[in-house]
Amino acid sequence: MRVLGIESSCDDTAAAVYDSSKGLLANVISSQVPVHSLYGGVVPELASREHIRHVVPVVERALSDADSGREVIDGVAVTAGPGLIGSLLVGLCFAKSLAYSWEKPLYGADHLEAHIFSIFLERAVEFPYLALLVSGGHTSLFRVSGWDGVSFLGGTLDDAGGEAFDKAAKFLGLGYPGGAAIDRIAQRGDPGRFSFPRAWLGPDSSDFSFSGLKTSLRVLLSTPEGKGGRIEDIAASFQEAVVDVLVRKTLEAARREGILRVVLAGGVAANSRLRSKIEEEGDTAGIAVYLPSKALCTDNAAMVALLGERRMSAGRVCGLDLNAYAASRFSR
Amino acid sequence: MEIELLSSREEDTIHVGRALGNILEPGDVVALTGDLGAGKTAFCKGVGEALGIPSGRIVSPSFTIVTEHRGRLPLSHIDVYRLSSEEEALDIGLDEIVSGKRVCLVEWAEKIRILLPNDCIRITFHILSGEMRRLSVEARDDPRFGTFLSRVKHLIPGD
Repeated sequence: MRVLGIESSCDDTAAAVYDSSKGLLANVISSQVPVHSLYGGVVPELASREHIRHVVPVVERALSDADSGREVIDGVAVTAGPGLIGSLLVGLCFAKSLAYSWEKPLYGADHLEAHIFSIFLERAVEFPYLALLVSGGHTSLFRVSGWDGVSFLGGTLDDAGGEAFDKAAKFLGLGYPGGAAIDRIAQRGDPGRFSFPRAWLGPDSSDFSFSGLKTSLRVLLSTPEGKGGRIEDIAASFQEAVVDVLVRKTLEAARREGILRVVLAGGVAANSRLRSKIEEEGDTAGIAVYLPSKALCTDNAAMVALLGERRMSAGRVCGLDLNAYAASRFSR
Repeated sequence: MEIELLSSREEDTIHVGRALGNILEPGDVVALTGDLGAGKTAFCKGVGEALGIPSGRIVSPSFTIVTEHRGRLPLSHIDVYRLSSEEEALDIGLDEIVSGKRVCLVEWAEKIRILLPNDCIRITFHILSGEMRRLSVEARDDPRFGTFLSRVKHLIPGD
C-alpha cells in the first residue's frame, strides 16, 4: 500500500509518501520549498495562511519526489490533531478533498501517535516499548504495546522540555526558540559548574515539571555568581538538569512497567546530551534505547504517512466527516 | 475594581486563579501580563480548577498557542509568546476566539492588546524576589467581584 501523508499541525507544512514494501519514498517540509518568491514578500512563518500557500506545492513536490501519480497512491493520511485548529484544518480539508476526488481511503492521524511510531521509518522495534515524546509542545511517557495499543503514563504538569530549553535560551540572550543553540554552546561548558533543581515529583511519578527551572535560572542570572559565569557553563548545567530528569524518569518508568525497550521521539530527542546520556544509562540498566535520526525527531509527514499505512492496511479508515481536534486525546 | 495582591508562593497565585475562576462567565477575557516565570500559567491552573477541568490538564500552551478545555464553561487557554505581531494573531484567528462565548485566558496579552475587548479583566504579575509576586488586578466594576474580593482578602497587603 502506498500512502500520501500530510501534516500541518503547527509551524511547517509537510508531505510524504510511504510504501509498505519500498519504505519512505518522499519527505518534504515547507521550509525546503521556495514558495515565498512565487507569491512575493516574506510572510510570517506561523499562520494558517502560510499553510494554505504551502500545501499544494509541498504535496506536488512529495508526489514528484516519489515518482507517484494519483493512480499509484492507495490512501491519504493527514494529521487531525492535536494542534492549532486553523493550521490543522488546512491540511485536513486538503487531504479530504484529495481522498474524495481521487476516490481513495482517508485516515486522520494523531500527531502524538505518529511521533511515537516514527522509529519504524528506520527500523522495527519489538512491542511493548516505552516511548518518551519530548518536544517544544509535549513531554509525555507512553506504554506502546502494539500498533493499536498506546497508553499514556504521565506528562508535564507545566512547561514542555523543549519549552524549558527555548525559554532558557531567551534568558541567556540566545534568541527564541533556542533549544538547538543551548545544545551547541553547552558542548563547551561544564555541566557541574552550577546547580539547578530537579523536580522528581515523588518516586513513582511519571509526570514532569520544568517551570521551576525558569525561576532558578532567572534568580541565578541576577546574582554576581551568575552574572560573572560563563554562558557555556550555565547552558551546560541547565541542560544537564533537564536531561537528568528526562533520562531518569524514562528509565524508571520502563522498570516499573517491566519493559526493556525505550524509544525517543520529538524535537528534543535530537538534543545530543539527551541522546548520549540515555544510551549510556540505558546500557547500564540493561534497557535497549532506540533513537530516530535527528531529521525524523522534528515534525514531519513521513510519520503520518507511515501510521496511515499501518492503520489503513488494518482496515481502519475515516469518513469524510473527519474533523480536526485541538486538545490531546492522551491526558489524565 | 483595581486591587493589588501579594503572593508569597505559587499556591497563593493558584488560589487567586481559583477565586477568579469561580465568578467567570461565558465570554470573559482575562489578559495576563508578566515576565517568564512570574506565575501566569500557575494562575491559569487555578482558574481551570474552579471551572472543573481536571488538574494537570492546564499546561503551558506556548508552543501550540491555543489549547481548549471543556469544564463548567468552555475555556480557551492562549499564549501568544511566540507571536511577533498582531497580524500573526489575526492570521490564526485569535480575534474570533477572544470575541466568542468561551472564557479566554491570554498569556503575554500585551502583545495583542488591540485585539482584546475593552472590558477584559487585566492581571499584571510583578516579580518581587524569589517566590514573591505582586498581582495587580483591574476590571470594570461588577457586583460579582465582591465574591472574588472576599476570597482573596487575606492577600491584600496591610489587610
